Amino acid sequence: MNQRELLRVENLRTYFYSQGRTVKAVEDVSFSVEQRSTVCLVGESGSGKSATAFSILNLIPKSLGRIVAGKVLFQGEDLLQISPKRHRALLGSDIAMIFQEPATALNPVYTVGEQIAEVLRAHRRCDARQARRQAKALLDRVGIPDAERRLDDYPHQLSGGMRQRAMIATAIACRPKLLIADEPTTALDATVQAQILCLLHDLQQETGMALMFITHDLSVVAEIADRVLVMYAGRVVEEGAVGQIFDAPRMPYTRGLLEARPSVHAGVSSRRLAAVSGNPPDLANLPDGCSFRPRCGYAGNGCDQSMPALETINEHSVRCFHWRQIGAFAPVPEAAL
Amino acid sequence: MFFLSRALRSALTLWAIVSVVFVATRLTGDPTYYLMPAEMPEQQRVELREKLGLNDDIATQYLRYGKALVRADFGRSFFSNRPVADLFFERVPNTLLLTIPAFLLSVAMGLCGGIWAALRHNSLFDRALTTATVVMQALPNFAVGIAAILIFSLSLRLLPSGGMGTWKHMVLPVITLALASSANIAHLVRSSMLEVLAQDYMRYARSKGLSPAVVVLKHGLRNAILPVLTILGLQFGGLVAGAVVTETVFAWPGVGRLVIDAVMKRDFAVLQFGILMFSTAIILANLVVDLAYGLLDPRVRGK
Repeated sequence: MNQRELLRVENLRTYFYSQGRTVKAVEDVSFSVEQRSTVCLVGESGSGKSATAFSILNLIPKSLGRIVAGKVLFQGEDLLQISPKRHRALLGSDIAMIFQEPATALNPVYTVGEQIAEVLRAHRRCDARQARRQAKALLDRVGIPDAERRLDDYPHQLSGGMRQRAMIATAIACRPKLLIADEPTTALDATVQAQILCLLHDLQQETGMALMFITHDLSVVAEIADRVLVMYAGRVVEEGAVGQIFDAPRMPYTRGLLEARPSVHAGVSSRRLAAVSGNPPDLANLPDGCSFRPRCGYAGNGCDQSMPALETINEHSVRCFHWRQIGAFAPVPEAAL
Repeated sequence: MFFLSRALRSALTLWAIVSVVFVATRLTGDPTYYLMPAEMPEQQRVELREKLGLNDDIATQYLRYGKALVRADFGRSFFSNRPVADLFFERVPNTLLLTIPAFLLSVAMGLCGGIWAALRHNSLFDRALTTATVVMQALPNFAVGIAAILIFSLSLRLLPSGGMGTWKHMVLPVITLALASSANIAHLVRSSMLEVLAQDYMRYARSKGLSPAVVVLKHGLRNAILPVLTILGLQFGGLVAGAVVTETVFAWPGVGRLVIDAVMKRDFAVLQFGILMFSTAIILANLVVDLAYGLLDPRVRGK
């Protein structure tokens, strides 16, 4: 095992059940996160990014679905097997998560200060006064002005950006080794997005935590990621270092995502954005063969026969039969330059 | 401002209730037939009516009653000639002895049942509770009370069938009273809790590594209880109305019985005062609910 490895996910499968259908939200996903590194999970809505995150925390609601197989090894401990008590001791402490919508994730009937302090009281031996003092220090740290007064504010009294900062303060309260951020900037204004990214970056430098960042925004990925995981229809379709993904994407889907990025380079204003045509497949009724085949411009021989395996060369994995030919023919997408 | 408009509306409501009751009682007949034997000469009956002020036309009586109310003079019972307020308030403790335990019991049972059913959604317990709540809400109080007497007093001989004395006398009336309202509360807590359990903040609370009890009770219940509060106010009214019936079934000497007796005997002043007090209690209960809302939901407080 890699000495620096913090989290390893092995063959994770999470299925949701609704109206007699089985939705394969996470299908055979494996990857690892090294200490202090940033791993980005990229994909369209419904590609299984959030389901992967919640599976790692073992927080899939029983009423919706189940983790059917796989291991989530955090520092060697399988989070899916350990006792509930041990699991609770890790969550919120060594592993923390920030949610996409701070407006709905923060409890509307408790003050911001209370919601931060309760994590400290649950995981650290400290009384209410100490917890409150630390909560104030945390609000200061995440850049909330007038922290002392904000402690007694309720979530609805804060702006969206402030709420997200408060959630980040809660997440870093116990100095986690791994922070999972599920599209933490999607619900925010562009300027606030940049501030939040900066904040997360600074905190990572400061505390040395690893960051698992879920997003569909590739410009964010380019800025923060060490490694990138591209997900499609519940599977990892490409994985590699950020440079490999952006400079030499192998999977047609990744190329499509890169081409769909708006760019400020010359001549773009007259060019239509290239979207990945078609819609993501129905996860309860996947096409035969490669899930991306119906939308793939390069689909050819054998693509409808079986799901290509994840092939790894130079720590760069791809799930495509024809990636060698495609890479040879097509130029690197302009938008990625 | 809030209090002023609230007080004004409450006063209007009370005035309307008092007026309706006043007219309705006078339409039901002549109380002198209960006050003196039917074979008494007509002359004496007329004199008695004159003495009680029942010969004046209804508008005059109404005005006279209104003026007295303003002086906080609520009149006297035709029968005992005692002030109705005394008659009423000496019996209030007896009624509270039933309604307070019944209220607490119904809240406790409603919360426990509702929360448990929501946590075990679609389980056997959940289905059983849902069915039971429908049945219990549909059963009238008197039927439950009479059935309880038949089973626990007459057949099993475990508990007294009526009257007041030991704690044993309280068991059946309190449970009878609590049953319907606990079913109401359980039903509402269940659906409200189900909604809350699906919320993002519940999953977020779990992601913080909090214990299940803290997640469900602190983060869940505090939110789930908000829609239930409104019903609690109404339930209180239901308990008052239920007490009238339950006290009659179990021969419990409380205000409910007092009012029922007043209806039977056309003791107008007692009846009017009783209903005035019931209405006031219900209005106050709903005021308390509104204040509790502000206390429990910070989003309401700001406005």
